[in-house]
Amino acid sequence: MMSRSLFRREVSLRSREALHGYGFILIWVVGFALFTFLPLVETFRYSVNQVTVTATSINLDFVEWANYTRALFTDPNFVELLVGYTIETLVSVPIVLIFAMLIAMFLNLKFRFKGLFRTIFFLPIVITSGPVIKELTAQGAASAPGIANIPAVIEFLEQLPRALRSPVEYLLTSFILILWFSGVQILIYLASLQKVDRSVYEAAAIDGASGWEIFWKVTLPSLSTATVVNAIYTIITLSHFSENKVIQYIYARTYDVHGGIGYASALAFIYFGVMVVLLGLVYFFLMNWARRGSR
Amino acid sequence: MNQILRHPTVERLRGFLFGSRARHGAIFNFVLYALLIAIGFVYLHPLLFMFVTSIKSPNDLLNPMVQWVPTEFYPGNYVKAFRVLNYMNTLLASALISVIPSLLQTFVASLVGYGLARYRFWGKPIVLLLLLATFIIPPQNTVIPQMLTYRDMGLLGNPLALILPALMGQGFRSAIFVLIFYQNFLSLPKVLEESARLDGASDVRIFFTVAVPAALPAYIVSFIFSVVWYWNETFLTVIFLEGGTTTLPMQLSKFVQAYENLYPPGVVNVFDRLNEAVKMSGTFLNILPLLVMYFVLQRWFVESVERTGVTGE
Repeated sequence: MMSRSLFRREVSLRSREALHGYGFILIWVVGFALFTFLPLVETFRYSVNQVTVTATSINLDFVEWANYTRALFTDPNFVELLVGYTIETLVSVPIVLIFAMLIAMFLNLKFRFKGLFRTIFFLPIVITSGPVIKELTAQGAASAPGIANIPAVIEFLEQLPRALRSPVEYLLTSFILILWFSGVQILIYLASLQKVDRSVYEAAAIDGASGWEIFWKVTLPSLSTATVVNAIYTIITLSHFSENKVIQYIYARTYDVHGGIGYASALAFIYFGVMVVLLGLVYFFLMNWARRGSR
Repeated sequence: MNQILRHPTVERLRGFLFGSRARHGAIFNFVLYALLIAIGFVYLHPLLFMFVTSIKSPNDLLNPMVQWVPTEFYPGNYVKAFRVLNYMNTLLASALISVIPSLLQTFVASLVGYGLARYRFWGKPIVLLLLLATFIIPPQNTVIPQMLTYRDMGLLGNPLALILPALMGQGFRSAIFVLIFYQNFLSLPKVLEESARLDGASDVRIFFTVAVPAALPAYIVSFIFSVVWYWNETFLTVIFLEGGTTTLPMQLSKFVQAYENLYPPGVVNVFDRLNEAVKMSGTFLNILPLLVMYFVLQRWFVESVERTGVTGE
């Protein structure tokens, strides 16, 4: 008797807790349904239709996968843009990660004028917006000062095989931009560097480990989670950036008379797919690396 | 030889150059500062370039001898850019468009983060997964149906088009803020909340009187980042607000067109034609409010990010 009423009370307490919890997240669940899930489904429906928008209504004409096949096999630009995006992302991610890690380790040291340098390195977080970047790139202020104009560099580029040329060229012309995308990543690295227990470093130093060994055996493994988070964050920011060429292409197609919204929706889904594959690849590569490092 | 090496002066010199366990040596410091200054210069180069170009007079622009030091301070570019950007109006619009959704988004994100961190309920992993999905899904996969719905409701061009999603936790990068609060509440001790519960306080009351004050740094960081990201966002604002409200970045992206409306190229004299100095003035005016905010609040950018533990672990 006694134990049964206790049991019932336990259950009702639990369900009460769950109810309160749902109360807190309810607004998000409704918002997710209205502003993310339904529009996503609707966009997919557009992507398998020929969509015509008039002043009063939206007409759908089912075309199966025609929009997708057109994007992948007949569109002269889209696949090329996608390949460019993939290369640029794969070039940028390691640079951002290494650079952010380096700066975070610098800022974790004790030295004079640290505040000044910290202010400089976090500045891009505040000012990186599409139109600003566009103006700066148009004025040639986005490349490392003068490098892209040195005759030797231009000649060097011409000697390179075609496959290598575009990544290297991208690297030279947008070097500062790539670095400008590492603000938040520096913050994340810095936060996790400061969590590492000082005594671990001291113990390693007492055991006679050199700075080099401490970096590879202590610092780097402790940054593995932050590295995965940073890699994902970098890929997503680069992919969502409004000056991204693929996004601009998709946006421009939306207003096309022929195809229009249906075709742009199909492009958006293909782009989303490529992005997820990239995320997956980088995630598994880094997870694998982190696991091997911790062993 | 050994004796020379052990001599106090040599030891001191060695300590100075290579450092000891307590202090970095001079060589280390030299390399460190050299690297930091070099990287700092590369970082600031676009900004310096922007500022220097923006104060060049038309004569300086044409003069190949003038690179980094203009012969005079020429404020005329700023006067023009100020007019072309319709600065007071667009500044106010940008401030509203970034502050109001940010306030709502921060508050809702804290509610959701608190619910996820403090209550046990069925389906929590699914919610967390969907949360990550909202961060990954590109805006162009959801934006067109939203735009068409807004058009039917007559909300296109109205700031409500950005406020509504923020209110429902679906604002710009909301997922990050929910995760920040989730992390933050997980790391805060439960003791105070439990004692308030024993005193008979309701869940909502506990949230407002105990949890919110304890998470204040997370609120400030989230709000600042949210304002910055809303301010700089152009993809969504262009789609939702075009034809209605115009924000600063939106006006900047139409700069050439707006300039030629005010100063028709065939009518004005050569010195009043659009040049890069005016463009750079416009760009600088665009980031100026954020720069001011950054220098006033920069302590919060760094220190409280470290304190709130935004590492996503």
